[in-house]
Amino acid sequence: MSNHAYIFDAVRTPRGKGKKDGSLHEVKPTALGAGLLRALQHRHQLNTANVDDVVMGCVTPIGEQGSDIAKTMVMYADWDESVPGVQLDRFCASGLEAVNIAAQKVASGWEDLVVAGGVEMMSRVPMGVNGGAWSNDPEISIHTGFAPQGIGADTIATIEGWQRDDIDRFALQSQQRAAAARDAGYFDNSVIPVVDRNGAVILARDEFIKPNTTMEGLGGLKPSFAKLGAMGFDDVVLKKYPHLAAINHVHTPGNSSGIVDGASAVLIGSEAAAKANNLTPRARIVATAVTANDPTIMLTAPGPAAYKALAKAGLSVADIDLWEINEAFASVALRFMKDMGISPDITNVNGGAIAMGHPLGATGAMILGILLDELERRNLKRGLAALCVGGGQGIATIIERV
Amino acid sequence: MSDNLHGFHYHKDSDAIVTITMDLDGPVNAMNEQFRLAFTATVEKLSHEKPLHGVIFASAKNTFFAGGDLKEMLQCMPGEEESFYELVQGIKADMRKLEHLQVPVVAAINGSALGGGLELCLACNYRIASDKKSTLIGLPEVTLGLLPGGGGVVRSIHLLGLQKALPLLIEGKRMRPAQALETGFIDHLVATDEELIPAAKAWILQTPEGWQQPWDRPKHKIPGGDVWHPVIQQTLAAAPAMLFQKTRGLLPAPERILSVAADVVTVDFDTAQRIESRAFASLVPTKEAKNLITGGFFQMNKINSGASRPRDIAPRRVAKLGVLGAGMMGQGIAYSAAKSGVPVILKDVSIDAANKGKAYSGMLMDKQIARGRASEADKEALLSLIHPTQDMADLQGCDLIIEAVFEDLALKHGILAEAEQYLAENGVLASNTSTLPISLLAEGVKNPQRFIGIHFFSPVDKMPLIEIIRGEASEDSTLAAAFDFSQQIRKTPIVVNDSLGFFTSRVFSTYLDEAARMLTEGVDPMLIDNLGKQIGMPVGPLTVQDEVSQQLADRIADTHKAMGVFCSKADTSANAEVCGRMVKEFNRLGRHHGGGFFDYSEGGKTLWPELAKNFASQAIELDHADIKDRLLVRQVIESLKCLEEGVLSSVADGNVGSLMGIGAPTWTGGFIQMVNTYQHGDLYGPAAFAARCDELAAQFGDRFEQPQILRNNIANNAFFH
Repeated sequence: MSNHAYIFDAVRTPRGKGKKDGSLHEVKPTALGAGLLRALQHRHQLNTANVDDVVMGCVTPIGEQGSDIAKTMVMYADWDESVPGVQLDRFCASGLEAVNIAAQKVASGWEDLVVAGGVEMMSRVPMGVNGGAWSNDPEISIHTGFAPQGIGADTIATIEGWQRDDIDRFALQSQQRAAAARDAGYFDNSVIPVVDRNGAVILARDEFIKPNTTMEGLGGLKPSFAKLGAMGFDDVVLKKYPHLAAINHVHTPGNSSGIVDGASAVLIGSEAAAKANNLTPRARIVATAVTANDPTIMLTAPGPAAYKALAKAGLSVADIDLWEINEAFASVALRFMKDMGISPDITNVNGGAIAMGHPLGATGAMILGILLDELERRNLKRGLAALCVGGGQGIATIIERV
Repeated sequence: MSDNLHGFHYHKDSDAIVTITMDLDGPVNAMNEQFRLAFTATVEKLSHEKPLHGVIFASAKNTFFAGGDLKEMLQCMPGEEESFYELVQGIKADMRKLEHLQVPVVAAINGSALGGGLELCLACNYRIASDKKSTLIGLPEVTLGLLPGGGGVVRSIHLLGLQKALPLLIEGKRMRPAQALETGFIDHLVATDEELIPAAKAWILQTPEGWQQPWDRPKHKIPGGDVWHPVIQQTLAAAPAMLFQKTRGLLPAPERILSVAADVVTVDFDTAQRIESRAFASLVPTKEAKNLITGGFFQMNKINSGASRPRDIAPRRVAKLGVLGAGMMGQGIAYSAAKSGVPVILKDVSIDAANKGKAYSGMLMDKQIARGRASEADKEALLSLIHPTQDMADLQGCDLIIEAVFEDLALKHGILAEAEQYLAENGVLASNTSTLPISLLAEGVKNPQRFIGIHFFSPVDKMPLIEIIRGEASEDSTLAAAFDFSQQIRKTPIVVNDSLGFFTSRVFSTYLDEAARMLTEGVDPMLIDNLGKQIGMPVGPLTVQDEVSQQLADRIADTHKAMGVFCSKADTSANAEVCGRMVKEFNRLGRHHGGGFFDYSEGGKTLWPELAKNFASQAIELDHADIKDRLLVRQVIESLKCLEEGVLSSVADGNVGSLMGIGAPTWTGGFIQMVNTYQHGDLYGPAAFAARCDELAAQFGDRFEQPQILRNNIANNAFFH
């Protein structure tokens, strides 16, 4: 690699409940993302004309999130006219994919300073409204054995023998860790309050966390995917997993990621860009990887992606000090820890998407920022962030403090 | 002015209305070569007809139009799809030409219009049907492994909307005229055939010229919305899973219909027609289409029309039926007979037992009443036909007496001898046995020539098949009487010769035996059971053994050993061994005895945790394809042996019997038909099946060796017909 790709900053909005009674519902997606661009600009006295590209993940790029929202944000943030923008979609990996692409642009030497992140306002552009042939076109869905990912999550739990209690216990821990981290102020440096047109604060901190969660409360929630399964999707999955007698539907709204609004932005650049813009590298992006396995169970590729990134970096599991795995569903995180052979003590130490929510296109860059902040707070060296991704894909990024 | 265009009578009247009376060669109008010539010539002539105020399509046959030419389609082999594409595109081009005449075109439907017949009607502007009981209207192509390729998918969706049309297309529903009117396939009903043409002319005369089909009008929208409508998107997203639940992914036709339907709501009418033609052509040469047409349609019709019944014997009806034994089978037989209006004497050892047997019919009727499918009056009428008794003498004058008592030779001998004396003159005595040879039972009766096996399947009220077993001494008239009775109670009879296990039980036992073998080899029992379902059997082999009960399997094995006939036909030694140990060593007698291979609770069933380790020393992994083929091929080989040994007198009996009695997967068209379309590597048909037998025999044992009849057919380059 000709150049190192450095992270200078990683910011995010607080995550708001992704329903009409969520605090961020009144904010436009473009405005939410533009707010972060302005924050980066102000935090670093950035001459925006020096930014080569803005890469933004968005999983529901339709309506007000459609037609290249990345460039729309750049224009709305009043950045220099010369700054381009591109929106990408690798499902739930989009935010981290944006970071990885930015890193690759810089590492290749073809660009020097790139903003990467994502935006998703699930309260305004609901998940799934962009359709897609994989799920909605019978020919394609039959040919590929499509099943909704919640059923894949339940299948993972069934295969591993994880019961509802095991799954709920993980969810409870996510809530407790997230609440503790937020209350201790661990997120304060990177969460940029969302303000209205007058500068008044609309939302300053994550609002989705439920610190009073109990096992009893979680245990009372109804399984989310039993009905879809009974409609026929269980049979579709069981055809590929004939060792199983049936699918144990353990995932509920309480142990799955929350539906929220949010955005993220990471400033990435070369050594030359650091000098030219007076920026301080906080970490180096060591390696990135994407891979895929069975699309029907869909959610088991984060482990393989992590191993692929480690191999590329010439590192082993023991070289990683802290891990972030997106809590799309509790079984995904449990399966990742099992696949990597890692302890919950160094994984998602500040909670995850079960507690804070998963704004689809933004999450990847959010968990990378949380990982970096925590490495610094604990004075540790390396971290790895991974997500499960639609289509059976997995993504991983390794960072190392400098 | 009249003309005959290849069998289409073309007549123009003084109002400038042309009536086309379709009268193709043969008993019905069908979409065959002659039709294509006639239709092309007719449409061509109509397009130059001046003046022209309207067109009527009518039929000179009892039915309006029978649909596609299935025999022609059976000839189509893989690689010939394109010729069928061109062929249907040709017909559809003529249909479009008809639709573009700009004058009203009416279908005057005097009888069944199915498949291609209804497609022709849908290409007309208006459909009038006479309200006859015998008329069926619908697009049943899916039941033949096909899709409506003559514009049926496209036009029904443009006419009715996706949500209404989809179930009709995917289930292939056939409707009476009144229901077709309600659905929207038919626009107007008249009472008699004579009113059809006047009604058609009246409609034409009140309809302006320049008439266009709805889909050709400028602002046409598909009812219920197109692909951009959220409800349509949801429907299309859910439909594949719902379909999979029914077909387990084994039937391509309904999947292809779904696929075409999605395109119909996405692209324009004429593009959709092309897509539909390509999909149709892709289905015609599939093994599934050939199997469904051959086994599920032609042979089913052949059996139901009496091919296995001795000819020249006057048909008989049973006016009084005797049933001995009011247990599970006896009470079901009594119900099925009474349901068809046959008076039944239901005899058991005690009046309490007999009453309990009758109560079963009451319970079944209550269920139907709860679903709105029957009335209290229906229930009373049915129950009044069943007379429970403990007195043999009540059987006096029965035309047919069927014993359905416990499978014990001495018991049956005694009860048959006693009952025989009460038969009406020329009455027939029958046994419902599934395990004891008919000729052996016949030793206990005075007139073995009037004795026969009538084997019902459980549950009798749901299972449509009867296996008639002809004993050595059974006369033709006895067989005919059993056959007629089967049809009287609306069941499909196959006829087989007396041999251990007859046909259905013998073949089915190999499914259970092969599962037991794999269990003892160390294959994961859950996998065995699930892969049984994946080949298309209704229930996994271990689950079904639990239902039948290990106890029964063990008893049958003991009985056969005592008789010295154990494994003299099908090799069931592995299952006998497993079930014997289940009963004698582990006290696990079956689902209804507290558990078998599975434990049962309200939450469902789970594998008995001790199962694998009690029957196998170590777990082994087998290729899933091999597991599936072992479960399937054993049954096919056993069916071929039944044909070879003369247990089956016809291929049709074997196919229909396996489909309806054993649960042979629909896609096979029956266990013998499956061989005709088998594909293995580059091989096709019997040779392909033989090659797979050889592989399985080499790897898993000589029970997979090719039966002689297969070798003979391959040597003669013959198929099983």
